Amino acid sequence: MTDNIILETRDLTKHYGGVHALEGANFKLRDGEHIAIMGDNGAGKSTFVRQITGVEQRTRGDIIFGGKPVHFAGPLDAREAGIETVFQTLALADDLDVPDNLFLGREITKWNFLGPFRLLDYRAMREATLAGLEKTAVKIPNIRNAIRNMSGGQRQCVAIARTATFHSKLTIMDEPTAALGVQETAQVENIIRTLKEAGEPLILVSHNMRQVFDLVDRVVVFRRGRICADLDITKGDITGEDVVGYITGAKTQEGYEDAA
Amino acid sequence: MADQTSHGIGGLTYDKSKRAWPNEANVFIALVLIILAFEALGQILPYMNSQSMLFDFNTNRDGTILNVARIKIVILQVSIIGIISLGVTQVIISGGIDLSSGPLVGAAAMIVMSFGQTELVNGQINPKAVFGPWAFDLPVIVPILAGLSFGALIGCVNGSLIAFTRIPPFIATLGMFLICRGISQWWTKGQPVSFPTEQFAAIGSGMMPVVWFALLAVLLFFIMKFTVYGKHTYAIGSNEDAARMSGINVKRHKVLVYMIASMLAAFAAIVLSSKNLTAQAGMGQFYELYAIAMAVIGGVSLTGGRGSIVGTVLGAMVFGVIQSGFTFIKLDAFYQLMAMGTIIIGAVVLDQYRQQRSMAG
Repeated sequence: MTDNIILETRDLTKHYGGVHALEGANFKLRDGEHIAIMGDNGAGKSTFVRQITGVEQRTRGDIIFGGKPVHFAGPLDAREAGIETVFQTLALADDLDVPDNLFLGREITKWNFLGPFRLLDYRAMREATLAGLEKTAVKIPNIRNAIRNMSGGQRQCVAIARTATFHSKLTIMDEPTAALGVQETAQVENIIRTLKEAGEPLILVSHNMRQVFDLVDRVVVFRRGRICADLDITKGDITGEDVVGYITGAKTQEGYEDAA
Repeated sequence: MADQTSHGIGGLTYDKSKRAWPNEANVFIALVLIILAFEALGQILPYMNSQSMLFDFNTNRDGTILNVARIKIVILQVSIIGIISLGVTQVIISGGIDLSSGPLVGAAAMIVMSFGQTELVNGQINPKAVFGPWAFDLPVIVPILAGLSFGALIGCVNGSLIAFTRIPPFIATLGMFLICRGISQWWTKGQPVSFPTEQFAAIGSGMMPVVWFALLAVLLFFIMKFTVYGKHTYAIGSNEDAARMSGINVKRHKVLVYMIASMLAAFAAIVLSSKNLTAQAGMGQFYELYAIAMAVIGGVSLTGGRGSIVGTVLGAMVFGVIQSGFTFIKLDAFYQLMAMGTIIIGAVVLDQYRQQRSMAG
């Protein structure tokens, strides 16, 4: 982990009409750091993620990514800049196989002068897929099977493997294990650990306290649209109960009093 | 296993031998069974003066046992609708439907033929002339371009309506169905257009429709399997939101899909009017439904995302064998319709069953 700040938001604010879903969020993510975003339903976690990934346009504030202020018009812009997001709805095409899904919309092609009829380079995509999956240690019996025939965990892994394949600068996962069983959850957590070892930064939105304490360096707690705590959990002096206290409003960290 | 490569901790594999049983294989087996059934009926029902499909042991005919002429007829019969079904296949794979192709054949045939007329018929001025003398004996490229442009225009309207106003494809193409039928009658106020130039008549003469069908089937197979266009068509039919989030320009792609479908239907009209040496406003009746039926028999899923050109070609063959088979065994046409209906329903039921089983397992 370096002190190189990969993502910073200053006074990030989103109002839906009169509803202040996100208010003045100041957030910093260092390169290689894994951060969990926690908070109750409606606390502003997803709103925060949607502003960073360009799904929605912010009301006010700045987003600085890789040292430069950015304005993403849509999720594609964000992805091109290097922010890869695993949304809760996985955005996979069920009838296509794993390489097809990984490369959907950014296929490796030959004979590009043919425009929309340019040829797919299946071999290159297959090899890149195997390399990407190897990096994440994802277990998929046969990558040429349609996604439809895969389990929820495998599908989730395919969605996550996109990040590894494309060397993204930042990965955001929105509750990646919410719908998964025990084994599948373990598999996804393994991928997150692999990303950590590879030094790739991650923002993880999660409700699972055990998972958060197992995986990340820092927890940022949202409450009623504001950040109410920024906790370094690597030192071991912060417990799950403390975090619950911040989430529910029983506690507020110094410096964040206006969130109370 | 020889062709298996193993990777990494997870034991990732790309294993050709583990690939799923292709749906096309089922259609092929069905085709073989249907042919054998008709063959058997044809051989054991001679007292009804019926004829078999493949083999004819009455060797004084032309000395051969395999009845090539009859097989040719079977394929020739389905070639023109087959060309339409290639376009319809990619529309259905993209999650849409095209009902306008039949009437489009009628309208395009009228337009095409009116640019493909010859001046002198038995020494007289062409009695069916649509335009003035300038439109006689034009180079064959003129009617072809006129037809394809008309197809492209209709397809562009279909696709734009579906992509930009977001009305269901069923409604958009149903409207276009009526509009095209209207155009075909309005063009000459219901009069047939006849007497093409020799060049134009050559496009669809003899076995040429089969040649066109084969060439276009290979081309479409290649496009759907090996190009970005094909991949995006499957992706949109499979999960339109995912396709959009992946950066595919879904709207533009849909316009392209419907344009290609309509241009193929227009090309079918060129071949058909050339083959018949005339164009009539009522041409292409039920073709849109037959084309959809061929695709469906071939395993193209109406929910989008699944199916292939190979399947559709096999589906067209099944369609042709049933149609001709009943004729050869001298059963009335209404049995043929009933059998066709049963087979279409059966194909979809089987497909649903397969799909549910693969979801469960």
